[in-house]
Amino acid sequence: MEELKRQETRLPRLGEPAPSFTVITTQGTVKLEDFKGGWLILFSHPADFTPVCTTEFVGFANIYNELKKRNVELMGLSIDSIYSHIAWARNIEEKMKVKIPFPIIADLNREVATLYGMVHPGQSKTETVRAVFVIDPEGILRAMIYYPLTTGRNMQEILRLIDALQTTDKHKVATPANWKPGEPVIVPAPNTVEMAEERVKEGYECKDWYLCFKKI
Amino acid sequence: MACISPDGNLTTSGKAVLTAAKEGATPEDIAKSSNLPLFRIRSSLRELVSAGLIQEIQGKYKTTAEGLKKLGKE
Repeated sequence: MEELKRQETRLPRLGEPAPSFTVITTQGTVKLEDFKGGWLILFSHPADFTPVCTTEFVGFANIYNELKKRNVELMGLSIDSIYSHIAWARNIEEKMKVKIPFPIIADLNREVATLYGMVHPGQSKTETVRAVFVIDPEGILRAMIYYPLTTGRNMQEILRLIDALQTTDKHKVATPANWKPGEPVIVPAPNTVEMAEERVKEGYECKDWYLCFKKI
Repeated sequence: MACISPDGNLTTSGKAVLTAAKEGATPEDIAKSSNLPLFRIRSSLRELVSAGLIQEIQGKYKTTAEGLKKLGKE
C-alpha cells in the first residue's frame, strides 16, 4: 500500500516538464535533455522476448521513418538488462527481418519506471505496463497512454496523436474525435459573451457558437 | 559505451563523430554529416569529451590531437 501511495505521488502530469533522467540504453548513456529541440515518444513494454511486445516492437520500427519525418524520436523501456535488450533486438532482426532503430532503456533498478508511474501492481508487480509518453521539444509532457499487458498498442493512433499535437501547436486549433490530417479542425471555443457573438460572424463552418470548424 | 568499446577500440559511430568534428562543428552539424540522430551526438560528445578525444570550444566540438591519433590508428 505504501509503495502504491509513493508511486501515485510521483505520477507525471500533462503540461508539466517531463521528469528528467540519465539512463543506460542499447545506444549508450542518454539523458532526457539530449532530445531537446525534437519530440520524444518514451514507451514501456512489459518484458523482452514476449509475444505482444515483439509485435509492438515490429510496429514501432515500422513507423520509425514516419516519426522521423515529424521530428520525433522513439525510446523503449522495460525492467530488463541491456544484454536481454540486445539479444531480443538481434532476435527480432533475425526472425522478423526488422531492425530496431531506436534505443531501449535497461531500467533494472526501476528508476524511470517509478518516475513515470509505469508499474501498475494491479497488472504486474514486476513488469511495466504498455505506457506511452509524448514529450515535446521543450521537454513538456503532452500526452500519456496506458494499455494493459494483454493489449498491443495501435501504431496508427500514435502517429495520429503526434499529427494532432503538432497541428494544434502550429495552428492554435483543437482536433475533433477521429480527426485525421487534412480534415477540418476545431476553432477553440470563445470564452466571453462578446467573443461568442463575434464567432458566428467570422466565416467559420459553425454548428453553433461553441462548435466551429475550419480547414487548414 | 556507444563510442568506445570495452576493449578500447572506437565503434563505427565513434569514428563517425570524431571524423565529423575534425575541423570543429556544432552538435547539429555533426548530426547532419554523420547521419546520426541529434540525441546520439549529444550523448557521444559527452563520452568523447570525457575520454579526452574531443574538446568543446565556445559551443563547437573539435577532435583533439589524441582523438586524431586514435582515429588514425584504427
